[in-house]
Amino acid sequence: MSTLEIKDLHVSIDTEQGSKEILKGVTLTIKTGETHAIMGPNGSGKSTLASTIAGHPRYNVTSGSITLDGDDVLAMSVDERARAGLFLAMQYPVEVPGVTMTNFLRTAKTAIDGEAPSLRHWTKDVKAAMANLKIDADFAGRNVNEGFSGGEKKRVEILQLELFKPKFAVLDETDSGLDVDALKVVSEGVNRAAESNEMGTLLITHYTRILRYIKPDFVHVFVDGRVAEQGGPDLADRLEEEGYDRFLAVGA
Amino acid sequence: MTDTATAFSDEEARVGVPAIAGFTEEGENLSPLNEDSSPLGGDASKAHSHGGGAGVPDSSRAGRLTSYQLEDFKALTGREEDWRFTPLKRLGGLHKNAPAGVAPAITSDLSAGARLETTGLDDARVGSAGIPEDRVSANGWNAAAEATVLTIGANAEDVKATLTLTGSGLEAAAQHVVVVAEPNSRAVVVIDHVGSAVVSENIEIDVQEGAELTVVSVQAWEDDSIHASSQQAKIAKDAKFKHIAVTFGGDLVRVTPSARFAGPGATAEMFGLYFADSGQHLEHRLFVDHAQPRCTSNVLYKGALQGKDAHTVWVGDVLIRKEAEGTDSYEANRNLVLTDGARADSVPNLEIETGLIEGAGHASTTGRFDDEHLFYLMSRGIDEKTARRLVVRGFLNEIIQKIGVEELQTRLNETVEAELAATEN
Repeated sequence: MSTLEIKDLHVSIDTEQGSKEILKGVTLTIKTGETHAIMGPNGSGKSTLASTIAGHPRYNVTSGSITLDGDDVLAMSVDERARAGLFLAMQYPVEVPGVTMTNFLRTAKTAIDGEAPSLRHWTKDVKAAMANLKIDADFAGRNVNEGFSGGEKKRVEILQLELFKPKFAVLDETDSGLDVDALKVVSEGVNRAAESNEMGTLLITHYTRILRYIKPDFVHVFVDGRVAEQGGPDLADRLEEEGYDRFLAVGA
Repeated sequence: MTDTATAFSDEEARVGVPAIAGFTEEGENLSPLNEDSSPLGGDASKAHSHGGGAGVPDSSRAGRLTSYQLEDFKALTGREEDWRFTPLKRLGGLHKNAPAGVAPAITSDLSAGARLETTGLDDARVGSAGIPEDRVSANGWNAAAEATVLTIGANAEDVKATLTLTGSGLEAAAQHVVVVAEPNSRAVVVIDHVGSAVVSENIEIDVQEGAELTVVSVQAWEDDSIHASSQQAKIAKDAKFKHIAVTFGGDLVRVTPSARFAGPGATAEMFGLYFADSGQHLEHRLFVDHAQPRCTSNVLYKGALQGKDAHTVWVGDVLIRKEAEGTDSYEANRNLVLTDGARADSVPNLEIETGLIEGAGHASTTGRFDDEHLFYLMSRGIDEKTARRLVVRGFLNEIIQKIGVEELQTRLNETVEAELAATEN
């Protein structure tokens, strides 16, 4: 079993008006096999947490720590974090012109595993994973995310999640922009990955809709860069009925 | 890659007929880009020009002086529009004295349907497809000892020909090559420049009616070489011409490919790939002359730059003359700057003298390596070096894929790898 531990994390970004603090002391512990939902209104810092875990250079950690089984994640480069077992399904996956999906997936898998996957198994695994996620076979020959619709990009993120088998996955608003059918397909992919790899999941979402398909063990409500409340799955039900107003009123 | 402030998005740059404000079937009065004193302007365009002449706006590419006579071209100062980016000091004297050195030796590998001859400059095929457009070209034209003529026989199919030009010294030399694709022939011709040379080269390409010809000019010189190459194609009715310039070796390389339509319904594709390292000056100046109706042209040049004082220049002139109704034309240049200290100049010029066209557009982007691409790839465990290679390879591969000669594609992929390996040292 592995543990991802975030302690009193403070994160700021540089703006034209100077440094702005986004996360103001976040503490969270996630173990493999657990699913944590992070919910909250826009601008509460949910996506900042996701990008900070992955190591996006825009975010400056001013204090606090992130450790994976005791190892200092903040001291690792972006690629080292991925190789250590962290995966970020991005809210807006970028298009990488000139790099085919096939080439990209194989290169990444080789980097993560430290050795090239056996060609025969790998091709079979990729095909099966694509079929499960209802991704057209011709996507393999297309450039990474190039010309993909929003929904297709999200499916391809989950495809990577299933193929790379991380210890911990951070899903940054994977549900946004998906219709109901796509949401189901994507959720099934996340559930498959969670089951087969005993993956820990940090599910970041604005809406409770995805929680019908991916059942969280814990729910954390983010408001203004802090965890304002946490609880079990019933907290999500309450948010569904009441929205975030109650937290915002407190904050104001 | 992010667009620079002066770059156009494809959509913005694509000029549809109705979208041109103030544009009529009579054409547009182009604003003067060059002053009268420029070599393209004033009396230069009127007194001597064989291509333009009276009534052509001074700024127009149509007014560019063309002549077989060296003395028609004034001595270069470096301030001329078509020389303003070129460091004349590094031209090895190609613009001054008659180059008297030994031209690079030519060896060939020809399939059936191709034949090679060496002729005098008085051969009728010399001058059939090209005319010097600048002083360096005229200097070479007049100094060349002989012409090498490659002919693709009429109706020949699947012809492959490689000419390897091997330089063996740094004395200024002149070279003249003529490629004739006879009617309805299909051929791919590779002109490979290797070794060390200082050479003014004229390549004439006569693409006759219904022929399909691809010419790939590879500039793989040693680091000390200086190369000025005028590569002019005349494209007959219903012919298809594809020109690919690949430049990565040499101290200073200046390639000026022109495509002139001589009959309706023809197609010209002009692609280019360049990779400039520290100190290199790699310049490409294109000209597509739409002088005939219903012709199509497509231009795409992609370049990567790395190292201090790596300098690339791309200028694309597309001229759609009044008689070129039904023209469909597009040109783009994309540069990827990999390190600090490199400079890419990119100038697309589009002149349209008739509103009755299918389309005409241009685009230019010069960008740094995109950090978001890097982040995405690295977040999948790929280390920074590998991620950069993936992106650069992908960027340049779009052109390499268009060559259609497998051995050459393999070699160029290896060259790109070697260039990228050099970045890391």
